[in-house]
Amino acid sequence: MLSAAMIAVLVALALMLVRALRGPTVFDRLVAANSMGNGAIIVLAVYGFLSGRPAFLDIGLTYALLNMIGVFAVLKFFRYGPLGHPGEEETT
Amino acid sequence: MSAAIFQWVGGALVVIGSLFMVVGAIGLIRMPDVFTRMHAASVSDSLGVGLILLGLIFFAGFTLVAVKLIFLILAIAVTGPTATHAVARAALVAGVRPVGADGAVIEDAEPEDEEVRP
Repeated sequence: MLSAAMIAVLVALALMLVRALRGPTVFDRLVAANSMGNGAIIVLAVYGFLSGRPAFLDIGLTYALLNMIGVFAVLKFFRYGPLGHPGEEETT
Repeated sequence: MSAAIFQWVGGALVVIGSLFMVVGAIGLIRMPDVFTRMHAASVSDSLGVGLILLGLIFFAGFTLVAVKLIFLILAIAVTGPTATHAVARAALVAGVRPVGADGAVIEDAEPEDEEVRP
């Protein structure tokens, strides 16, 4: 059952890759990359259970946080230019 | 109450979760618009990940691995919808407009006021 789930998630990853390559705007490429990150976490977790070493979950936990930070970094880059820029002045 | 029933329940949850992820990926390809794609990908993807990890908790039993899985579920449940909301809002600010059911672009969709701060 775990092997069947792993194959299904790999098929889903391939489908998300199609959208990441084809998407006309940058935003659906970004959504596809975020979803592929979640799929990669699942592949890590299921493979850890299949091989009898659940220690891969630590990598998955770290990557879950890095995935979100990465999405925000790409969004900030596309709006404000290079990431050293502090952004627009805040309207307080 | 042995390990066999736990493995069956866990296995069923994992298979159902992986089906949700496949459905979400199919929606990501087939939807006609950026915003509908985002909705399909995020909702079913987060649910599928949650179900798969919940099924893996049944495989793990009462060990430290189950606690890590619970933290992973919480992390993805918090960060997944937040990232999708950020992408959707950035798409609206950048000028992408949603397409209605009849194929016409909805021109008067505006992002909310930027003055809103908690």
